[in-house]
Amino acid sequence: MRREGWARLTVGMLALALTIAALLGRWANRGGIELHARMAETGGFMPSEITATLGEPLHLRLTSDDVMHGFAIGHSDRPAIDVAPGETTRTTLTFDRPGTYTFYCTRWCGPNHWRMRGTIHVRGAGAAQPVARTVPRYVALGLDLDAPHPAAVVPARRPSAARGAELAARTPGLVPGTGLRDLSPAAMWERLRQTAPRALDDAEVWDLVAFAWKSSTTPLAIEEGRRLYAANCAACHGETGNGRGVMADTLTVSLEPRGGHGHAPAKPADFTKGATMLGASSTLLEGKILRGGMGTGMPYWGPILTDSQIAALVAYLWTFQLDAMDIPAPSTRPDLTPHRH
Amino acid sequence: MRRDVTRARLVRAALRSRWPQLLVTALALGGFIFAIVAGFAGTPVGSRNFGIVFVWIVWWAALMLIAVPLAGRAWCSICPIPAPGEWLQRGAVLSPTGRGLGGRRRWPTALRNIWLQNAAFVAIALFSVVILTTAHVTALVLAAVIVLATLTSLVFERRAFCRFLCPVGGFIGLYAQLAPLAVRVKDAAVCAAHTEKTCYAGNGEGYGCPWQVFPGALRKNTYCGTCVECLRTCPHDNVAVYLRPIGEDLFERSGRRLDEAFKAFIMLGSAVGYTAVMLGPWGALKAAAQSVGSVAWAVYALVFVALVLGVLPGLFLGAVVIGRRLARSTVTVRRSFVTFAYALVPLGLAAWIAFSLGFVFTNLSYVWPVVSDPMGWGWDLFGTARAQWSPYLGRTVPVLQTVVLVLGLFWASVTAHRMAAELVAGDGRPLATALHASPVVALCVALTVTLLGLLV
Repeated sequence: MRREGWARLTVGMLALALTIAALLGRWANRGGIELHARMAETGGFMPSEITATLGEPLHLRLTSDDVMHGFAIGHSDRPAIDVAPGETTRTTLTFDRPGTYTFYCTRWCGPNHWRMRGTIHVRGAGAAQPVARTVPRYVALGLDLDAPHPAAVVPARRPSAARGAELAARTPGLVPGTGLRDLSPAAMWERLRQTAPRALDDAEVWDLVAFAWKSSTTPLAIEEGRRLYAANCAACHGETGNGRGVMADTLTVSLEPRGGHGHAPAKPADFTKGATMLGASSTLLEGKILRGGMGTGMPYWGPILTDSQIAALVAYLWTFQLDAMDIPAPSTRPDLTPHRH
Repeated sequence: MRRDVTRARLVRAALRSRWPQLLVTALALGGFIFAIVAGFAGTPVGSRNFGIVFVWIVWWAALMLIAVPLAGRAWCSICPIPAPGEWLQRGAVLSPTGRGLGGRRRWPTALRNIWLQNAAFVAIALFSVVILTTAHVTALVLAAVIVLATLTSLVFERRAFCRFLCPVGGFIGLYAQLAPLAVRVKDAAVCAAHTEKTCYAGNGEGYGCPWQVFPGALRKNTYCGTCVECLRTCPHDNVAVYLRPIGEDLFERSGRRLDEAFKAFIMLGSAVGYTAVMLGPWGALKAAAQSVGSVAWAVYALVFVALVLGVLPGLFLGAVVIGRRLARSTVTVRRSFVTFAYALVPLGLAAWIAFSLGFVFTNLSYVWPVVSDPMGWGWDLFGTARAQWSPYLGRTVPVLQTVVLVLGLFWASVTAHRMAAELVAGDGRPLATALHASPVVALCVALTVTLLGLLV
């Protein structure tokens, strides 16, 4: 009977040792917040709301429960972190301003990738002021982002900033240096058509428009815009901007129409289509990026991208219509760059 | 041609003692409990979860590539699944004289066959893609099987679950017939003269055969769980563990049954089906197998069931009938069908080994991160948590698969030929024997070519 007792004890220990050790290890290693990332269809980030204290480190243990995800904080220079399936990545965040921050997935993890977002509420008293909120320019101007914006005219050939630069050099002061940000290229063309010499044909006026746009930005901004576009937009809008990205079809069918509010699901915009693209101003495009599509499937990027990032993105979007890469950056720049007020 | 391994004193002592078996069983039980806990509480990412990696890669590899081919039912002797129920039934984990709780009822006569095991295997096979890839479903299945085994032990006598219900035990028993290891009596006359039959009834040294087999009449490995209780309870030292020629049991004429024949079809058909679904290039097929409850899955399930229970047995029946006519055999179709079905056993085992080689070596490197972080909780116990996936033996595996399948085909063909010789009564009719076997051999060739096409 004594042997039986020892046997029972041994069996109990062997059978449960691993499990008990694991649970004890879990208990001992419970510091910080475990943030699970799942495809939006199965829950997104869990928890999706986190509270942090101003100035105090927030320890996060990030893990993915399905596919590769990423983690980044909106309006932050902090590099994105990959969140690999079944692995745990630790990171520590410290916030120096109170407010609400958005964290989001940076990997195209599924058709509803853009829904993978969460918020960190940073609370606490101190000298630091909350992040200032400004009124977007499109709101200040009362622009209707959802109204159709067809271009009254479209170029017969792809406008070239290089050709436009040569034309502008012959007629100094022809291309205005300021106030172009709120004009669509088509509107700008109409204005230039009226002031440009009669000898210039319509296509050459379009070249002047391209030059005006090119003069408003920098190669660095366009490069940053290209990087942002590839990371955040190309999956739906397509690498070439034609609105046929790898996620486009899935996105259209995966959205649920929202009765009574917003808009029905829509296909991603085609940036190569001059008839609509050239009728939009930089301010309008900025607003669409900032606010999102309100139910069309276009995410709202306001809590994620900074003003300068959105400006860079808009600058890059114009490259789908206007040829700009063939001239050096000008020394003087007209005021076409978006600024949020 | 037989060698009694229990003549080695150390082996004999290890087998007679109850401790080694108990300790290994308890360790295995610890692993299974941990796998269940990992399935429920660990990461749902299968490649990073102990439950998935250790059950479906490590355990499966050990079972199908080593244990079953070399030692038959050796796994059953240390299987943790029936252990808790058996301990409760006996009222002891070690003592051979415990007083347990229930477990006195006899298993119903109508169900004393392996049809339930066949059905259980097919039922589980339909959900396999989900079970094998989803940690919590694996945990659920393991937990359910342990609970079912325990309840069965509390109601029915001995290891009724292992003998009549366990879907894994069913196919292990089928392929154990090929194993070079067997528990047998040394002299049947000693058993016949032994009136107490302690090997079946039990005594102070051990329990009566848990598998409800009388060792004195044991001719095949199919239902011997190699628990070696009989070796402990035999007062005449008349039981031994033998090393013997492989596949010997296939030619044991007594005890050939239709349920065992269908087990052979189910296993071979499942190997083909699994290979197509899990290793094949058809995404739609994988998606259908995974989308349990959908129309696509229902179609997949119907096709799978039709393949293993209809198409394959039907083709086999056709081959048997043709061979029978060619050989002008007077043996009944049923007997010919059942007899020839045992020729599929070597090919089936080869198919399962080839299939297992295909995914085991591809996925074996998942073991290293899981060893360090079994739950996916961010641990790094042995510094291997970040080890990257890397398939092993990438170029060797197809060669091994080909060799295994060709050997399996050869073995099946030789077996079919011997079965035909048995059915046409004698070696004096070599042409009739060859004609009788040839359609079955042709079917085996076709199946082998299909598997080679899917695997290599």
